[in-house]
Amino acid sequence: MQSLKMLVRIALVVAASFARAADPAPAAGDEVARGKYLVTTSGCHDCHTPLKMTPQGPAPDMDRMLSGHPAQLEMPPAPQLPAGPWIVAVAGTNTAWSGPWGVSFTANLTPDQETGLGKWNVRAFTDTIRTGRHLGRGREILPPMPIPAYRNFNDQDLAAIFAYLQSIPAIRNKVPAPRAPAAATAATATAGTVAGS
Amino acid sequence: MSQGGFNWLLKLALAGVCLPALVRADDSQGLPRRLADTGLYVAGGTTVRPDVLPFSPQYPLWSDGAAKRRWIWLPPGSSIDASQPDAWDFPRGTKLWKEFAHGRALETRYLERGADGSWRFGSYAWNADGGEALLAPATGIRALPAPNAPGAHYTIPSVDDCRACHEGAPVPVLGFGALQLSADRDPLAPHADEARDTLDLRVLVARGLLRNLSPQLLANPPRIAAASPAERAALGYLHGNCGNCHNDEGPLAVLDMTLAQRVARPSPVLSSIVGVQSQFVPPGAPADAVRLAPGHLASSVIAARMSSRDPLQQMPPLGTSAVDTEAMALVSRWIESFPNHSSN
Repeated sequence: MQSLKMLVRIALVVAASFARAADPAPAAGDEVARGKYLVTTSGCHDCHTPLKMTPQGPAPDMDRMLSGHPAQLEMPPAPQLPAGPWIVAVAGTNTAWSGPWGVSFTANLTPDQETGLGKWNVRAFTDTIRTGRHLGRGREILPPMPIPAYRNFNDQDLAAIFAYLQSIPAIRNKVPAPRAPAAATAATATAGTVAGS
Repeated sequence: MSQGGFNWLLKLALAGVCLPALVRADDSQGLPRRLADTGLYVAGGTTVRPDVLPFSPQYPLWSDGAAKRRWIWLPPGSSIDASQPDAWDFPRGTKLWKEFAHGRALETRYLERGADGSWRFGSYAWNADGGEALLAPATGIRALPAPNAPGAHYTIPSVDDCRACHEGAPVPVLGFGALQLSADRDPLAPHADEARDTLDLRVLVARGLLRNLSPQLLANPPRIAAASPAERAALGYLHGNCGNCHNDEGPLAVLDMTLAQRVARPSPVLSSIVGVQSQFVPPGAPADAVRLAPGHLASSVIAARMSSRDPLQQMPPLGTSAVDTEAMALVSRWIESFPNHSSN
């Protein structure tokens, strides 16, 4: 009986040690798969993959998967909405949004070196999501990016999302800088501009 | 709409979607509730303790014209290790304070290195009569009434914003390094305090507070190598105001743009900005806009962003709501007189 108890203890210790061994970070392939799952279920495509019109209605343009607002789609000035509860206007691609903050364009999340996240590292990505600031230090990330929800991802999830985003095809697409509301643009025009040439 | 009105609208819009972020667990990090309990003052008043040392960096950070006082305290018998000339190692227990005033003290920021080596950040808001300062919420305070400040209000940053700047550099202590405490102070540096009772490298070494400093730096106090006095001061300003984030070692190294000066090696500041295409293209600017166009202020994105307080463009992106006109005059003069394509 005594030896049976001892055997059970040994078995439990061995089982526990295997459990601990199984805990560590997933293999690279698993991490990418986890990231793909999170990107797919967290709505990233909704805004970062442009919609295109098809016979069946709007559908994500997967040739531009996660590449943000198409650079060649130059947006006219946003409509001025009348006073009232309606405050937001959205492009048909779902990649340009106008509201009290100005106009925001969804970012290129593909690993393109110059126009996407190709030069980013996981810290830059994590800092961005956690702080709601570009690269964790720059301007504030604008609506409708759901930073308040996404900042609650744990480190492993954010690392997985970044690993997946680094694994997808790079698409060269220089997303425009956000625009201030027209009135504010006029107010700052005298402060400093970069002249067109 | 005024710029202030726009900023308000933007904040409102952001707050509308960010409210859940404000509902966070207590993250005071265990800091004392009262500034008086951090060790800055002699008990019972606001007289700074004699073992708390005032200091003044030669290239101070612009904070909308706030008057500042700064102090450091090291645990008795401890010293700073300068083995890495550009990344000093501060002893556990180090404390630093910085007081911000517009007519009266409004805020004192506090930085402390814990026993485990980590750094804690806190801000203390002064009451109206200057009698007491209490720990501000980790989310900061957006608009303290401050009649003498630009816009008549003052913002205490969130802990996240503290970390955004302080954790962008190799060491989170900013303004207390070899170049900033050099005895060879720059006479053209904007907003610098007069060099009285200055805690410089020689004083620190003589008092046993700094060890392993290169003898060369002691014999020849560091200064920025520059083609002209204006360039030296402009580069110094960029170092003190931008280099904390824009350096080649921290998280923003991915931008390939450094404005931080180093004393251990040449810094690739000019080669990373002069004639280099800007990743950020201001609305209305050509797609090939450059960071610094020699001789052409209006074509230099750096100047445009420094002289803007549009929250979507401004640089620095936080900690200021008013353009530093004195610094802009200096930087403008430097860019306009810039010789073609030299680099360091």
